[in-house]
Amino acid sequence: MTLIDEVAAWLSDPAHWTGPDGMLPRLLEHLELSGFCMALAIVIALPIGLWIGHTGRGAALAIRAANIGQALPTLGVIGIVWPLTANIEPYGFDLIPSVVALTALAIPPIVTNTFAGLRQVDPEAIEAGRGMGMRELQLLRLVEVPLALPSILAGLRISAVQVVATATLAAVLGAGGLGRLIIDGIAQQDDAQLFVGALLVAVLAIATELGFAALQRVAASPGLRARPARESAADA
Amino acid sequence: MPPGEPLFRPDWVVDNLDVIGQRLGEHVGMTATAVIVGFLISFALALLIRRRRTLTTAVIGTAGILYAIPSLALFAFLIPFTGISFVTAEIALVSYTLLILVRNILLGLDSVPAEVLEAADGMGYTARQRLWRVELPIALPIVVAGLRIATVTTVGLVSVTALIGQGGLGYLIVVVGINGFFPTATYVGALLSVALAVAADALLLGAQSRLTPWSRARSATT
Repeated sequence: MTLIDEVAAWLSDPAHWTGPDGMLPRLLEHLELSGFCMALAIVIALPIGLWIGHTGRGAALAIRAANIGQALPTLGVIGIVWPLTANIEPYGFDLIPSVVALTALAIPPIVTNTFAGLRQVDPEAIEAGRGMGMRELQLLRLVEVPLALPSILAGLRISAVQVVATATLAAVLGAGGLGRLIIDGIAQQDDAQLFVGALLVAVLAIATELGFAALQRVAASPGLRARPARESAADA
Repeated sequence: MPPGEPLFRPDWVVDNLDVIGQRLGEHVGMTATAVIVGFLISFALALLIRRRRTLTTAVIGTAGILYAIPSLALFAFLIPFTGISFVTAEIALVSYTLLILVRNILLGLDSVPAEVLEAADGMGYTARQRLWRVELPIALPIVVAGLRIATVTTVGLVSVTALIGQGGLGYLIVVVGINGFFPTATYVGALLSVALAVAADALLLGAQSRLTPWSRARSATT
């Protein structure tokens, strides 16, 4: 039987779609884990990035920490956290280590891109805001963040794609997600299952990339969009 | 984890130095194979691109797609064809080095000033002599920067190959440690792989400063 036949046969079993170990629950688990870690990373990283970008204080330290964080191998982090949390009920063994590792992976790009985005804001725009009597928080909310938004969203995109791709490794500790299909496929020598799992992870990573790219286009302040494009759209 | 199992057993490390050394050696071997093969392929691709600039998008684009595929998924794609083997692991590891290496080799070669190239031509260098004696030495710092990133990334990825029966230090982290509920092995594997990444990075940086004595002389005088 060729691989294509095997995959077709595997896909023709409804249990492989909606059963407890099927693709759909695995996909949902994968999205849940990735979404949770991204939310956690945003809550931690965005304020840090905004703070160092707005004040310029602690930038060198934060960027260096982010570089080190990016170099940490995810499997190593999972391995280091796992023995410490294994006895915490109920998620200590299968979930917490992956959440820590994935959140740590997601934080650096958000911090560095938020910082870089705020630093790129034209000082004259900030001057103008100050001249209009804006306070620091207003300046951040009304001037700096809108102008830095493309860069901030680029950071979120890099993080999200990495998290979705790496969440596959959570299956090593018995957590769910699409990595389960791959790891079970390897263990059961079931080429069809591991191939479908790999395909779904790759497609999900690409879809995340495209989704955030679309979000970046929609969310950009109208003033930042290329003027000719807007005019031609109005003509059409 | 079994109750009473300590986080770290120094006696296990002492008793199993040979096993640990063997896995460390495997890890170094897998990393070196991937980076060397990846560099040779990237070097050839970069020279090809310099001859035909129209190929840039195709080569960098393909390398970019390979780089974006999650590691475990790339292994899984290859298993039906090359099995659970060293070859599967190395094909995936090599593909991850291509994007970084091709880009940095090109950046390095393009950074050579036009006057320098003209001077070399005026001295009667053939294209090949110019490449090896003039362009590559000047490009070296940027090429080595690419090698450093590729090597550190590969050291991390080799651990993941433990999931397809290879893995070097990843075998200690995953199979002995996590699957065997034995934290000591996980810590030994994880710490050694971080140490290996740092050591490889320092080694390459040292090699670069040895190969480009003029850059040391310059930084010493300024």
